[in-house]
Amino acid sequence: MKEPAQLINRYRWYEIVGIYCGIAVFLTFVLSPFVEGFLVSLKPLSQLFSSPYRFIPENGSFEAYRTMWESVPGFARYIFNSFFISTIVTTVVLCMVVPAAYAFARFEFKGRGPLLAAFLAVNMFSGAVLLIPLFRLMRTLGVLNTYFAMIVPGVAFLIPSAIWLLRTYIMRIPRELDEAAYVDGASHFYTLRRVILPIAMPGITVVAITTFIGSYAQQFIFALTFNAKSEYMPLPVGLFAYFGRQEVVWNELMAASFVGIAPAMIVIFFLQRYLVSGLTAGAVKQ
Amino acid sequence: MHAKRSAVLFAWILLAPAFFYVCAIVAYPLIDTFILSFTDASLKKTTNWVGWDNYDKIFNETFAEVIIRTFVWTFFSVSIKMIIGTFGATMLNAAVPGRALFRVLTMPPWIVPMAIGIFMWGWMYNGQFGMISGLLQRFGIVDGPVAFLAHGSTAFWATVITDVWIGVPMVTLYMLAAMQAIPQDLYEAAWTDGAGRFYRFRRITLPLLVPSMITMSMLSLISTFNSFDIIWILTQGGPNGETTTMIIDTYRTAIGSKKYGEGAARAVLICIFLSIFCLCYFRVTSRLSSGEKQ
Repeated sequence: MKEPAQLINRYRWYEIVGIYCGIAVFLTFVLSPFVEGFLVSLKPLSQLFSSPYRFIPENGSFEAYRTMWESVPGFARYIFNSFFISTIVTTVVLCMVVPAAYAFARFEFKGRGPLLAAFLAVNMFSGAVLLIPLFRLMRTLGVLNTYFAMIVPGVAFLIPSAIWLLRTYIMRIPRELDEAAYVDGASHFYTLRRVILPIAMPGITVVAITTFIGSYAQQFIFALTFNAKSEYMPLPVGLFAYFGRQEVVWNELMAASFVGIAPAMIVIFFLQRYLVSGLTAGAVKQ
Repeated sequence: MHAKRSAVLFAWILLAPAFFYVCAIVAYPLIDTFILSFTDASLKKTTNWVGWDNYDKIFNETFAEVIIRTFVWTFFSVSIKMIIGTFGATMLNAAVPGRALFRVLTMPPWIVPMAIGIFMWGWMYNGQFGMISGLLQRFGIVDGPVAFLAHGSTAFWATVITDVWIGVPMVTLYMLAAMQAIPQDLYEAAWTDGAGRFYRFRRITLPLLVPSMITMSMLSLISTFNSFDIIWILTQGGPNGETTTMIIDTYRTAIGSKKYGEGAARAVLICIFLSIFCLCYFRVTSRLSSGEKQ
């Protein structure tokens, strides 16, 4: 006798065909820019600007992946800058968020609810809204055109969502564990370091990845506004270097995009199992 | 057990760094924006108090247009995102071989730095050589090349579609999680009563998804309202300002033309709208969660 769960999930052949068609349509929408971008990166420039339009490149090559380094000599630096900024931002965010999330998850104190709500409200204001005073603040501090100008505001806008996500995660760790530690005479700090931190590691990893991704995405507006030096330019703004005076060198721009995202994609690919389960768990419980 | 007071003190010590940091970088600039919005601050050395002047200037005809456009833009972007995301989640929730891989494949638009995805769309929309125009011509749907970003109406939809594309992975994952949180025995009970697949979907899945849909739309509404990169990279608000939303207009006024005071007044208006959304979000989520408890 089969379990009902197995029976109700059994599909007829036309249902399976329908589902695969649905998935195909959905993934076509999601992935077509990447496929087209990749094909463009393989085309020689002459073929790009010829008509009629050709989807598959004729005698395509990886030539653009070689020439892109020569036409924008600073490109390696842009990639480094992006990773450098995101790494620092993520580290600083984690240092502040882990203790704060623990406090919100485990301690009863006056004003906890309003404070949590206030953090959530901060989440609603993007950097774009507060750009003017932030610009003035950075100018007063004299940090325009440095890494600081991109790191400092970046951290602030990523703290709130990280606190919410990690707090949900810590709340699911059984309270008995910390209480047992207290009974044995451990201090609060010791409990956080030796009991909570090790168990919360998967949650912290998810928060670290989402913060890293978020920081990468923010780099456009902050770099556009607070930094004019190509020395400190992160990848998203640095890509504009491929926009020539006359025309955009599209095949090199696409090649550069793929080179720029490759390291991040590889890391995510290995961590994706973690990421999907962690994110979905955090999302439902909210 | 430890004394209660020491616990409270400890909690505040843990919170202090995050709290003071956010106050310095978000709360202080927020107050500064309000003050600036009543001045004629610009690159000039002197700054004067001008009262409501900046706000008076805002309510001219073009800006009213910008506000309406922002809401229309946000409305379509969020609705299409929700429809495609829920559709994708339904498909990915089905127990067919390969679904783990398909789920991973939905994530790239979210993982890749936004600017890069937008550059790729910029190429697809290219009138002379882009894929969309090229394919439309191949299949004989249009006669000549279509420069999507050069005309107001097509540029508007082009930016909407790109925003949808960026937001879809998040909606899909969230809706997928919500679907998996529905207790399996509900389906089993319906199945033993002889309910078909479509009936089960309409009578069990959809109604139970409504709270998650509302929450996700609110979150999506806020991020879409704040969207800057997509429009700026694709059209910079053009052609003829037909893709200019409030965020783009604020950026142009404040950073582009260095009129900090006038820009700040626009930013205050955005803050007011965001606060209203925020309040709605709190009300909706607290009502939903109290409804669950009953």
